[in-house]
Amino acid sequence: MSESAGNSTSEYIHHHLTNLQDGHGFWTFNLDTIITSALLGLMVVGLFAWVARKATSGVPGKLQAAVEMIFEMVQSQVRDTFHGESGAVGPLALTIFLWVFVLNAVDLLPVDLVPMIMGALGVHHWKPVPTTDPNHTFAMSLTVFFLIFFYNIKAKKFGGFMHEVLTVPFGPKMAPFNLLFRIIEDVAKPVSLALRLFGNMYAGEMVFILIALLPFYLQWILGAPWAIFHILIITLQAFIFMILTIIYLSMAHESH
Amino acid sequence: MNINATIIGQAITFAILIWFTMKFVWPPLVAALEERARKIADGLAAAERGKQDLVQAERRSEEALNEAKAKAAEIIALSEKRRSEIIEEARLEAKAEADRVIAQSKAEVEQEVMRAKESLRDRVADLAVAGAEKILRREINAQAHSELLASIRTEL
Repeated sequence: MSESAGNSTSEYIHHHLTNLQDGHGFWTFNLDTIITSALLGLMVVGLFAWVARKATSGVPGKLQAAVEMIFEMVQSQVRDTFHGESGAVGPLALTIFLWVFVLNAVDLLPVDLVPMIMGALGVHHWKPVPTTDPNHTFAMSLTVFFLIFFYNIKAKKFGGFMHEVLTVPFGPKMAPFNLLFRIIEDVAKPVSLALRLFGNMYAGEMVFILIALLPFYLQWILGAPWAIFHILIITLQAFIFMILTIIYLSMAHESH
Repeated sequence: MNINATIIGQAITFAILIWFTMKFVWPPLVAALEERARKIADGLAAAERGKQDLVQAERRSEEALNEAKAKAAEIIALSEKRRSEIIEEARLEAKAEADRVIAQSKAEVEQEVMRAKESLRDRVADLAVAGAEKILRREINAQAHSELLASIRTEL
């Protein structure tokens, strides 16, 4: 595969890690990330909506049972962690889990498959896994970040929130330090969320690309175990993103 | 790692997906699962009720059985009593009959005795008369003394 994709190893790798972009400076759009994530997101959420609309309270079919398993997993996590009126937290957690999971799962496709198909269609760069794009992971984590503020203010009102920011954990006399700690704490949340997912998926994708550089008759020796291991990684990362979101929102909802 | 406007696009997509899930995925699933939980609870309650009904029915049938047994025992006791009564009655009747038969035969025997006595008396009277006749043949005229002979006969 490596010979067909580029003249040298570094070119091959570089080719695989280049987004299809349009625009200049900040106003550049990674079209592959946007299109893939929107398509897959709508597909999986649409599938769930379709099943949910037909959902019967009687004996469920296999598809409905599978959907219910995922749904109940998410719901029980929300119920265990988030106390009080959960409102949008459940749907948010489910969306995160499903979306991250399907986008990560694209990683299991052969690394050259999607770029080859897109190449045949005349598109020369196409990064198939949106979660290896920090723009995507930061978009999700920053949305969660704003939701954290929203829930903080919703639960404690603005005054209560500011009071908490300035007095916890050292008391009112140390207000500047409290504020500093709070800023570090709150900034760390979206950064760690985004970088954890990005780092895991980027590294995984990179390993797949490196395995693809081996002679084709040796690739399965590393490729198969890594892909099988990756099934765990993609699920785990989706789960971690979801559960941390629930935890952050429940922390925002409760006063310290 | 180059951050660009993609981040805005992705955030918008994310928001749309969240909204979509909130509106079209979460509520129907919650409704379906709650409905099923309710159905299962109802089913379990019904099963429990059925079990209780069964226990009750068993108790009732046992009661009915006991009642029937008691009644049967009563009937048997009654019939036993009736049987002994009938036997007693029959015995009394038989005894009465026997007494009657005995009394009757006794009377008959007495009658026979009387009759025998009567005939004996006649015979004795005849014998006496015959004896007297033999003794008094010469001087007693049967016609003349018939009155006397009759009185003797009645005396005997």
